[in-house]
Amino acid sequence: MQVHLTLFGQLADITGKTEMILHDIPDTETLIKTLHEMYPLLINAKYAIALNKKVIKENTILSGDNNIALLPPFSGG
Amino acid sequence: MSNPTKNDRYQRQISLKELGEIGQQKLKNAKVLVIGAGGLGCPALLYLAGAGVGRIGIVDFDIVSLSNLHRQVLFSVNDIGLSKALRAGDVLEQINPEIEIIVFNEKLSNSNALEIIKGFDIILDGTDNFASRYMINDACVILKKILVYGAISRFEGQLAVFNHPSETNTAVNYRDLFPVAPADGEVLNCEEAGVIGVLPGIIGTMMANETIKLITNIGNALINRLLTYNSLNNHFFEMELVAIPETSKMIPEGAKAFKAFNYDWFCSTSSAFELRPEEVQRMMQEKNIQFVDVREAGEAPQVNDFEHINIPLSRLQEQIPEIHAETIVLFCQSGKRSAGAAEILSKHFGKSRKIYSLKDGIAGWQKSK
Repeated sequence: MQVHLTLFGQLADITGKTEMILHDIPDTETLIKTLHEMYPLLINAKYAIALNKKVIKENTILSGDNNIALLPPFSGG
Repeated sequence: MSNPTKNDRYQRQISLKELGEIGQQKLKNAKVLVIGAGGLGCPALLYLAGAGVGRIGIVDFDIVSLSNLHRQVLFSVNDIGLSKALRAGDVLEQINPEIEIIVFNEKLSNSNALEIIKGFDIILDGTDNFASRYMINDACVILKKILVYGAISRFEGQLAVFNHPSETNTAVNYRDLFPVAPADGEVLNCEEAGVIGVLPGIIGTMMANETIKLITNIGNALINRLLTYNSLNNHFFEMELVAIPETSKMIPEGAKAFKAFNYDWFCSTSSAFELRPEEVQRMMQEKNIQFVDVREAGEAPQVNDFEHINIPLSRLQEQIPEIHAETIVLFCQSGKRSAGAAEILSKHFGKSRKIYSLKDGIAGWQKSK
């Protein structure tokens, strides 16, 4: 399954990209695992995962349109 | 005090049929607390005071410095060195003498947060660190207060309305979005990461806008939704949030547990918790504290300044049961082995103990004497 990934804040700094397309991703757990292999600095990063603009907390099977966003917490004020 | 609805001051906004005289009266009756009179708090305060929010509280313990002026728009060079909260109060008074402004020139902590927050209906979080953000969230959950959240990082800003009671959805709070605080250094603050003044200006103004919408009940506030704005490409990204049953267990239950919760600790990693000799000196009076020398037996110099036990780093894992105090201060010759020991212990104990390492070790300790 194809995933269109959007990265925010310091996650974009870690990967050097704000957007990327990934292929052959059956579920969100695989997506995270793949990202960890590509960018080990993501392993310790904290972020929320949104699938098609809705936050998800558990491994989710992907089908159809898969717009996934990773949003880290910001603290600045 | 003049009747606000007959007041020229608010004529332009009363003309909006969605707001009208009823909306203006609601603003007059509203009680809003802005925590942090910084990059987010300053613009939010300006517009809330201008709009005629009847009671505005300002919490800040900091003083104005020159590097604040590019984004903290309530202050001028004449304010440098003065209290942000007091100066913000003075400026707002000049803008709108018809409203009540309550200044809290103090650091918000878990010992005063509940007392301060309980006098207000809507709380704006414009603070600049995670410990404050988790603490404010938890206090709002305990007191059932609406939290308007804004935060920035470099060129991006986040905005949300948390803890809003609604008939259709369970109120979502900050911990539903981010259950666990990032480690020290994982997320940079404005000082380290840099910020253009306009961005907190935009996000702080949006926080005021959400607040006015909530009070007057117009439009759709960002209830249970998170908005991210990127000031470089003008992209807005909005996502729906959901309440997670497990996160409610993370929030201290009631005032007593809240006051006992160590937010600084929760928002740090133990390895980052190095103590300077003078801090260790102060902690010596504490009860339930144990000092542990992690050097090998017989290493010089011997330490006679404070009571301690000796567990060499090489045998720490199997001797963990000998450590029973709530606060543990580890030390070695240079501070390196004790930092490693702190990591081992923090893996073992999690956040159930406070684990520290003496920075620069006994060498630094002796130099400081």
